[in-house]
Amino acid sequence: MKPRLPSPPASWRRMLVIAPPFVWLILFLLVPFLLVLKISFADLQFGVPPYTALAEFSDQALSVVLNLRGYALLFTDSLYVSTYLHSVKMAAVTTLFCILIGYPMAYYIARSEPATRNLLLIGVILPFWTSLLLRVYAWIGILRNDGLLNNLLMGLGLIDQPLEIYRTDLAVYIGLIYAYLPFFILPLYANLVKLDTRLLEAAYDLGAKPWQAFRSVTLPLSMPGVIAGAMLVFIPSVGEFVIPEMLGGADTLMIGRVMWTEFFNNSDWPMAAAVTCVMVMLLLVPLILFQYGQTRHLGMRGGRRNG
Amino acid sequence: MSEIRPGASWSGAADAFVRIEDVVKIYGDVVAVKSVSLSVGRQEIFALLGSSGCGKSTLLRMLAGFEEVTSGRLFLDNEDITTLPPYKRPVNMMFQSYALFPHMTVEDNVAFGLKQEGVPRNEIHSRVYEALDLVQMGAYARRKPSQLSGGQQQRVALARSLVKRPKLLLLDEPMSALDKQIRQKTQIELVKILDKVGVTCIMVTHDQEEAMTMAHRMAVMSEGQIVQCGAPQEVYDFPSSRFVANFVGSTNLFTGHIAVDEADHVQIESEQLNRPLYVNHGVSEPLGMEVHVSIRPERIRVHREQPAGDFNWAHGMVSHMAWMGSYARYLIRLDSGMQVEAAVSRLVMSQNDSPAVGEEVYIDWSGDSATVLTS
Repeated sequence: MKPRLPSPPASWRRMLVIAPPFVWLILFLLVPFLLVLKISFADLQFGVPPYTALAEFSDQALSVVLNLRGYALLFTDSLYVSTYLHSVKMAAVTTLFCILIGYPMAYYIARSEPATRNLLLIGVILPFWTSLLLRVYAWIGILRNDGLLNNLLMGLGLIDQPLEIYRTDLAVYIGLIYAYLPFFILPLYANLVKLDTRLLEAAYDLGAKPWQAFRSVTLPLSMPGVIAGAMLVFIPSVGEFVIPEMLGGADTLMIGRVMWTEFFNNSDWPMAAAVTCVMVMLLLVPLILFQYGQTRHLGMRGGRRNG
Repeated sequence: MSEIRPGASWSGAADAFVRIEDVVKIYGDVVAVKSVSLSVGRQEIFALLGSSGCGKSTLLRMLAGFEEVTSGRLFLDNEDITTLPPYKRPVNMMFQSYALFPHMTVEDNVAFGLKQEGVPRNEIHSRVYEALDLVQMGAYARRKPSQLSGGQQQRVALARSLVKRPKLLLLDEPMSALDKQIRQKTQIELVKILDKVGVTCIMVTHDQEEAMTMAHRMAVMSEGQIVQCGAPQEVYDFPSSRFVANFVGSTNLFTGHIAVDEADHVQIESEQLNRPLYVNHGVSEPLGMEVHVSIRPERIRVHREQPAGDFNWAHGMVSHMAWMGSYARYLIRLDSGMQVEAAVSRLVMSQNDSPAVGEEVYIDWSGDSATVLTS
């Protein structure tokens, strides 16, 4: 006999419990985004604020002007298109390497003894205790032409000329992978540590060698963790500003940098807002929908077990 | 200690199919299994019975290959499997939690082992459905384990562990995840399936009824050792020690000293009883030695009149009585203060005229219902 679930609470009480996150999301995500959306349809003007109003009421006529200059420029100027493509490529490569490096790390931590496990987890989380800015500065010190890495390699006699890493795409990749790796490891670890080891024993028992057992049991069951971690890496790295700005060269085009330039150098708020909105619409909305579908699908396949 | 009494369905090491020789398992400084030797015959269903921590599960996991043997050897069908990894052993296990793969359908779960073996696709299909039909789960092939009840999951787990036609099937607490009502029925069905397939089977359980219902022979384990091994009825009727007598079923244990010891009987003086005990078997132990006598509750009769004989009875008062349905359970406080349990069948007592709590009664038993225990 299964224990009966407690009857659902009255609907107003349920509303009360789930309301705070919704209010939070509306106030701090939806409203700001709508503001940005509004600015993206405005025109540039000198003054405060530096953009025109969408609706004007004068001479007993309400005129609404949707200015599409920003969007038109976005799709006609090849600079913006290639910036999008380059950002997606950078984020995708970063995600791929986070998976390749992070999966074994998360797996190892999840399979360690509980005591060592906590120590290793602290090791993963520890970098968060210092500012990202400081850590990226530290990477500059390592990757510069006269930095730690080049000095070491030249001191060992492995190379004659310093490797040019700093201010290249490679430096940005190193910075992105370094900064986002923990965001991949933590959700995957949380998934792997819950994996019932008896399932692996059952696979061995049925004749699967360790690698086959990993491929047919551990890997598919850890997919929700991999997807969650990959999203946490991919989505913020598409719009990343600090790391490409500090480690990248002048030709490292990323959306974050373009936005910064439009906002602060050109004071072109509508253009910056248009860049942002297109990024959200084209990249993030489909991805979030995809992830929602995936986790629900996997949840139904892998989730509840009653016995 | 693995003495086999006559009457066992199988005996002798000559046709031993599974042979466990002096197996020891030590974790750090904890000895989980202390030198166990055991032989199991072909097509036999053998139960390892014991409370948790007695080493029975460790022994099973060593047979499956999940735990390494510290010392000793394991043989299966005359092949030394001691150091084989689990995926190379012709042994399959049904896990206590079933360990069905949650991301695969029932069909894929059962097919998993055959795919690892590289069996051709059409043969996999026919063997999977053969196995599912055997456990009457063919109609559920496309479901996910989470969509099945506990009993259905158990059947799928059984099909999965039988589909590779293992030489040895291991069952780890097969009924523990099932509701009590369907356990007995399932036990009998499981034995039917195992007999039909003709597989050799070693099961682990802490439930003595389960071991007695299902197994041809059983071994009682305690603290990493086998304390008694034999057919279930034999272990129940002739326990070799106080531990076994108490663990396999409940019993009344009397303490006394040997007064007369002959080939066919022994007399024991006990301060706990009004009359000496007379047991219909000899013990070949020195006179005056302290021994224990085990008498099962269902062997004890309850009367209002004083029994006639010079032996095997006592006087007391009913301190508790409970109707259990098919029998009545009496607790009787003897003159010596000792509490005795009696299970009185409804065949011999009428519901209206049974001794009530507080009533003075006599208990007695026959000479062949008692067993003398020297350890």
